[in-house]
Amino acid sequence: MFKRRQFIKISSGFLASSAMAGSVGWPLISGKDALAHHPAEKVVPTICELCFWRCGVDAHVRDGKVYKITGQENHPLSNGRLCPRGTGGHGLLYDPDRLKHPLIRETVDGNQRFRKASWDEALTLIAKKYAEITEKYGTESSVMFSHGFGASFFKKLFQAYGIHNFTHPSYAQCRGPRLEAFKLTYGHGVGSPEGLDVKNSKYLVLIGTHLGENMHNTAVQDFADAVSAGCRITVVDPRFSVAAGKAERWLPIKPGTDLALLRAWIRIILKEEIYDKKFVEENTVGLEELRDGVEEATPERTAAYTGISAEEIVAVARDLGRYKNNALVHPGRHVTWYGDDTQRSRAIAILNALLGNYQMPGGFITQKKYGVPGIKFNMKKSARTLHSKYPLAHSMPSNEVVEQTISAKPWPIKNWFVYGTNLIHSLGDQQATLKAIQNLEFMVAVDVLPMEITGYADVILPESTYLERYDDLDDRTYRVPYVGIRQPVVPPMYDSKPGHEIAKLLAGKMGLPDLFPDDIETYLDQRLQKIGSSLSELKEKGVLKKPEAEIYRKPGKILKFKTPSGKIELASEKLRELGFDAVPQYTPPPENPPGYFRLLFGRAPMHTFGRTANNRFLGELMPENEIWINEISGRDMKLKHGEYIYLVNQDGVKSKTSIKVRLTQRIRPDAVYMVHGFGHTHPWLKLAGGRGASDADLVTQQSIDPIMGGTGMNNNFVTFTRKA
Amino acid sequence: MARERKYAMIIDTKRCVGCSACVYACKSENDVPEGFCRDWIVQRVEGTFPNLKMLNRSERCQHCEEAPCVTNCPTGASYYPGDGTVQIERDLCTGCKACMAACPYDARYIHPKGYADKCSFCQHRLKKGLKPACVTVCPTKTLHLVDLNSNDGEAEKLMEGRIITQDKVHAGTKPKLFWLA
Repeated sequence: MFKRRQFIKISSGFLASSAMAGSVGWPLISGKDALAHHPAEKVVPTICELCFWRCGVDAHVRDGKVYKITGQENHPLSNGRLCPRGTGGHGLLYDPDRLKHPLIRETVDGNQRFRKASWDEALTLIAKKYAEITEKYGTESSVMFSHGFGASFFKKLFQAYGIHNFTHPSYAQCRGPRLEAFKLTYGHGVGSPEGLDVKNSKYLVLIGTHLGENMHNTAVQDFADAVSAGCRITVVDPRFSVAAGKAERWLPIKPGTDLALLRAWIRIILKEEIYDKKFVEENTVGLEELRDGVEEATPERTAAYTGISAEEIVAVARDLGRYKNNALVHPGRHVTWYGDDTQRSRAIAILNALLGNYQMPGGFITQKKYGVPGIKFNMKKSARTLHSKYPLAHSMPSNEVVEQTISAKPWPIKNWFVYGTNLIHSLGDQQATLKAIQNLEFMVAVDVLPMEITGYADVILPESTYLERYDDLDDRTYRVPYVGIRQPVVPPMYDSKPGHEIAKLLAGKMGLPDLFPDDIETYLDQRLQKIGSSLSELKEKGVLKKPEAEIYRKPGKILKFKTPSGKIELASEKLRELGFDAVPQYTPPPENPPGYFRLLFGRAPMHTFGRTANNRFLGELMPENEIWINEISGRDMKLKHGEYIYLVNQDGVKSKTSIKVRLTQRIRPDAVYMVHGFGHTHPWLKLAGGRGASDADLVTQQSIDPIMGGTGMNNNFVTFTRKA
Repeated sequence: MARERKYAMIIDTKRCVGCSACVYACKSENDVPEGFCRDWIVQRVEGTFPNLKMLNRSERCQHCEEAPCVTNCPTGASYYPGDGTVQIERDLCTGCKACMAACPYDARYIHPKGYADKCSFCQHRLKKGLKPACVTVCPTKTLHLVDLNSNDGEAEKLMEGRIITQDKVHAGTKPKLFWLA
């Protein structure tokens, strides 16, 4: 069948030139002794983008080449230290497979291919298409998908143009349920970086959260401090994670039953009256309803659901009750698992409320922004803006944008702008994404590397990497209020451009020539002047800090919460009004079909999603992912450790690539696990291509969270085949 | 006369998450070629499901006091500079691999340029008063470079009350990597 938009694999002219440019870009540290003192060495502070934690880093440059990256001493997210990804960040800068020129899709003799284009030609085409599509369908038919704060300038551009449809897979595919659950309970989210005082916790419960493998620098620094300080740790995880290796208790829970466990803990803590009574009395509503709501969650029944003994369930609850204010049940980060995710996160929020750890050492803390005023610009209204059909989605779920692009209801979506997110791997249900793409009239992808999604774009714009560009100021809430800067360490390589410059040029083409200041430095300086600083000061220092915020509550302080009742809502009136359970109730997840294993996925410290698999430096630390299978289950299936197999899911969908078998004691016999981010099939990714497999290929069933539209991804099951 | 230093490394495995930041930081600091490394992570898991134990530890040259690599080096390229470390004088090294055969810890490799190479405790940094690259990068502060001849009490403080393990002590090389359990 003819597809209007084919995935473009080959473009002979382009590939030849890119291979040559690639060899030029590879770093060669000159001189026979790299250790010798070098007069031409300089150190430039900037912000990392290997993940989205935004650590301050120092880029060390010698002979115009970045040869080393270290943690910025003074930056509150790094404290002079850095994770392996950040340390190998220049592997992205010097990746020979980078997108090097603007590319435009063209059809020659019936074959689609990309051809090299000038920036002027590419941007002119984009402006023309936006005008045409707006003329035909209105601005409401255009959407931007993005990940990372580099998107900020494009967002301003589209708002000024009258497009207000923005979506981030980091919401409905990741943190969204947690955000909504904490908003419902406390009136605000947990934040990113999370406002958690892990380093001072005396008792910590991690549920699926694999700190250490999930390598957010400061979060792991705090975790290690807690371990050293003797924090007692319980890890609930079907897999023996690194964190579990440091815990006094590992509870290898049956996947999907976490909410049952949380309800049992709530019940025990209430029954045994070991909650913080004063705090609960003064600051919460719905205690009696909560009591009734968890009445059925007896330890015995919960043991049957979860596979964890009633004794252990009780023991952990009692420990939580003993440490109360200084105990913490970690809310996690990627929480879209089973479709009950908002309610599960609600149970975590409730449990913490009972412990009274709000603004207490070792619990939840208050974080503040440094507070750099923004610069106003004019927005233009849109006739319509996308709204989720799910009542409590405060951000538009990306999967719903896909649905609407397919259905054209209530109105057609014809134009995608995709910034820094590989939707093929991040959304799950690939078939839906591919179907939606066929309905588009136009699609632009902005990225630094070719990704599966860029192969479907009509225009690809090569952005400069974080080491070659300015971005807007980083002014987020943290326990130490700070403002950080990303600044160019080396000039942009190839024909790439920073996002701010692309947005400004595009604004000119789209009839908004005065939207952005003449140059980014003026803009950043204007912002910084408002706090009595300057661009030159921040460029030199890398970060400005204020003293640590008042992170704990003062004794006797009266707390107010931005919930309907003004209190912490143990039972949620809002959920009840909308027809949901006011107190989280548990429904068991679907069981494994016979012969199938539940597919779980997570992270490794050396990689970030699919964005680093092609990094030569990090690829050396971890070249591929493996499928973790319990040794006994694996032997039953006649699998050999180290052999390569394909995974086939419950719908008969097979992984596009094969994956190495890791037979291990570290996982339950009914589940398998893989690190997310491998199994790239884009032929331009010469290192990552074909290495490992992608869980995203196999997530064909999404269990949608009825409250906020999150896509639970862990109700998929796989078996194995050796057949390619 | 200035006292002699005796550098050693104390590695707190309780804090280590095995992230490998030390591995890549070393590689970029010391321009270690692709396919080789001067330090590495060993993750060991013992037991059967669900009764498991895990150890994560960062390993490298042990800078032995009685180093077989020094004894067995026919050219004198491997030597003790007098600060408790073992170093390699590249100009004297012929790449004969006698040191590699002698090392009980498998800590060396032959650099594509022809000489033996290994962890130097970042001697070039120590000379400037800086800690080794692996020590400064480590997000969990697992790694500590200490001077055992110093009376600053750092080593004692780190080791106090801890179970200390050393690797292959029976080889008699007096290694200077200490892992804290």
